[in-house]
Amino acid sequence: MSPALFEAMEISAGYGGADIIHRVSLQIDAGEIVTIIGPNGAGKSTFLKAAFGLLRPSHGMTLLRGIDVTRLRPPKMVAAGVSFVPQLDNVFPSLSIRENLEMGGYLAGRHAAARADEVLAMFPELGRRPTEHAGRLSGGQRQALALGRALMLNPVLLMLDEPTAALSPLVRNDVFERLKAIRESGVAILIVEQNAREALAISDRGVVLVAGSVALEQPGVEMLANPSVGRLFLGLDDPEAVPAAIPTSNGGG
Amino acid sequence: MPAMLDLLAASGPLLTAAGAVNWSAGFLATVAIFGVLALALNLQWGYTGVFNFGIVAFFMVGAYTSALLTVDPAGEFESFIGGYELPVLVGWAAAAVAGGLLALLVGLPTLRLRRDFLAIATIGIAAILRSVANSAEGFVNRARGINGIPRVFPNLVEGADYKWVLLAVTVTVLALTYLVVRAAASSPWGRVLRAIRDSEATAAAAGKDTVNFRMQSFVLGGMIMGLAGAVWAHRQGTISPDSFDDLLGTFLVWTMLMVGGSGNHLGAVLGAVVVGFFWFGTPLLQGQLPEAVSSQVFALRQLAIGFMIVAVLLIRPQGIIPEQPRVSRFAPRGPSPARPEAGD
Amino acid sequence: MDTLQLVVVGTIVGSVIGLGAMGLTLTYGILKFANFAHGDLLTLAMFLAFAVVSDLGWAGPSMPWFSFGWGMLGGVVVAVLGLAAFSLAADRLVFRPLRSRGSAVITMAIASLGLAIMIRAVIQIAWGSGPLRYTTGINRANDYFGLKVKPDQILIVALTAVVAVGLYLLLHRTRLGKAMRATADNPELAEVSGIDTERIRQATWAIGGALTAIAGVMLAVQTQLRFDAGFNLLLPMFAATILGGIGSPWGALVGGLVVGISQELSTQWIDTGFKPAVPFAILIVMLLARPRGLFGSTV
Repeated sequence: MSPALFEAMEISAGYGGADIIHRVSLQIDAGEIVTIIGPNGAGKSTFLKAAFGLLRPSHGMTLLRGIDVTRLRPPKMVAAGVSFVPQLDNVFPSLSIRENLEMGGYLAGRHAAARADEVLAMFPELGRRPTEHAGRLSGGQRQALALGRALMLNPVLLMLDEPTAALSPLVRNDVFERLKAIRESGVAILIVEQNAREALAISDRGVVLVAGSVALEQPGVEMLANPSVGRLFLGLDDPEAVPAAIPTSNGGG
Repeated sequence: MPAMLDLLAASGPLLTAAGAVNWSAGFLATVAIFGVLALALNLQWGYTGVFNFGIVAFFMVGAYTSALLTVDPAGEFESFIGGYELPVLVGWAAAAVAGGLLALLVGLPTLRLRRDFLAIATIGIAAILRSVANSAEGFVNRARGINGIPRVFPNLVEGADYKWVLLAVTVTVLALTYLVVRAAASSPWGRVLRAIRDSEATAAAAGKDTVNFRMQSFVLGGMIMGLAGAVWAHRQGTISPDSFDDLLGTFLVWTMLMVGGSGNHLGAVLGAVVVGFFWFGTPLLQGQLPEAVSSQVFALRQLAIGFMIVAVLLIRPQGIIPEQPRVSRFAPRGPSPARPEAGD
Repeated sequence: MDTLQLVVVGTIVGSVIGLGAMGLTLTYGILKFANFAHGDLLTLAMFLAFAVVSDLGWAGPSMPWFSFGWGMLGGVVVAVLGLAAFSLAADRLVFRPLRSRGSAVITMAIASLGLAIMIRAVIQIAWGSGPLRYTTGINRANDYFGLKVKPDQILIVALTAVVAVGLYLLLHRTRLGKAMRATADNPELAEVSGIDTERIRQATWAIGGALTAIAGVMLAVQTQLRFDAGFNLLLPMFAATILGGIGSPWGALVGGLVVGISQELSTQWIDTGFKPAVPFAILIVMLLARPRGLFGSTV
């Protein structure tokens, strides 16, 4: 059996010597959408960053198509076909829309310009004024730009850290529709989300992370219908309702 | 070489015991003065995180203040303010006040700024003051400087033995400064300073007016630096704008602090001794070295000092005597949180 | 001196300050630390050119109009290459190790100060402290509608304009330049996008070094060679950088011109000896009123 596209095995990671996530394992295949949900502080963002190489795991391995990529820093991961969209500060404010995209296509060298045209066509709201400074964009436009930047090199795996945080419901819907369309082209998508209900609705699988460990993993539709998850997590997709835990800087885990 | 950075020539050949003793008296007195500067910088930087790149400015202001207050009135070819023939110790007290005032003046606009902006702002001050001193008419006698600055306690001993009086005075000033600074630092006030240095956000959240505290520390440090300048001026007898080197003087004190151990009073004094020994001692080797090297001794020691601080930062940023981490009795055992390094 | 002549002199002085500040703003904006060795790097550059033109005697036949010979081109090339190489070495040996340790900005600043002291010392050892000149020739000032300007000085202003335009094209029309701007905006996002920011920093040092080299040679042509010539320009360059907004080369240039012209105009009201106070005053005003500068800051 061929190895999964991307596999995280027993990943432990944290900041300043203290692990936040403990022995988390997860697999994702081409054309799959996997969503990680959980309460604040659970370690969702930490896991994503460790998987992408922004954070060095204290334990465990990550494999891309069976090849060990645990120690690879982000630029190498990008070259290997993995893309990451951070939750905050995810565009270059003093660069124009087009230039932002070109940075996403930096590794493509000369071909970035043509590819930027293609991506601009995918995002009409951006295509209208490609020379606008990214710092002036609205929240939804920024999110679109961040996503577009991540698609510039035709990644095989896309990682998104809370892509719909702070977006209005209509815009959130657009984002999820877009992700469905991207999945159609065979890209694997790993999402960390607080808006659990909407994310699970488009996901092939859901993973619940609690206090740094995997509490539950189920196909998306089952998880949506699962009453215990609903009681614990789905009703709490509004962060205000979460009991006063100290928020991490990312608002996620 | 600016007088600030050089010892008065040793009297008598050094290789004799008498010569060595003579030189040592002067050397130790100078080191004591630099030790005072290092202690003051430690208060500003090591305890409060205020980044003062203009140490020489405070030194200079103190020197001139005391000089102008204690000399005889301006003579025929001289033109300066003051000349009130006041007692030396009064001049010293005034010098401390002047240093504090300069700190207030400089600090008011700049202490709120980020640390690197404060550094940029302070690096220009000494140069500005020097240029003002050189240009302003009737202010401080321009480039000719102030002469005839009276000695402190001139009548205690005869002639050549005065250097021991001087040594005793400077060491006393150093000791007093050490006690004052140590008392201030271990007081509740000092604890707040450290809290501000380590985590300004937390201290502010706890209701401390952080800028105010930093200003207090800055002013106190400035006063001490002014005093050091006065002590030095009265030892020199003559000062002029060129006696002070803005960059090298400031840098020397910083090196002393970083080498000895920032955040640490004993380290400050130790650094003054170690670096001072190197800085003031190397010109003595001039006679011993081959011609090619000896003519460049001054430039070579600058090179060595620059190299020294870079090496310290790379290899042992905490200095010779590292700061003792202060951990609460109530903190759980386990890996300690990352300490701010000396350069933080 | 009448006002217009002061403005002219100010423009020339300001061009040199601006050119120097362009290199400073690049490193400050992209590497995120204030390089206190920047002034002494200028000095190093001017002496490297001196080594070619005077020590090696390659002054060449004199160029028409200008005070120096064709050999000066070689001097500039050597200065540019030398400074780029030196900056890269300094980064490799000193700044990068400190950076990878997560050292605070302040640590880098002190280290850069140490480097400054070392550079000055080496220059004093090699060339002494006394003022030197590239040539003994005199560059005569010409009269243009009542204003006295030397051809050397026109060259300085023209060269500054050319370099500024070149820098703009680099930063806005090339892949590398855009990556530099991206790294200034958000280094982590640049990494996430696939950019090797360490390479970008090296390129920044090299390009900044080249700009600084040209500024250094121009400074020596405008005034003379002294071991502290560059350091004396440090405060004006910082003032220009902050006035324009850290990370903005246009801002640095405009800032330089403002500083230069203000300095010269100020002599109408205050003693020449107080001129150094002008950039300082500008600096303090900017830091208080608008620390982000005229064109915005990336730190």
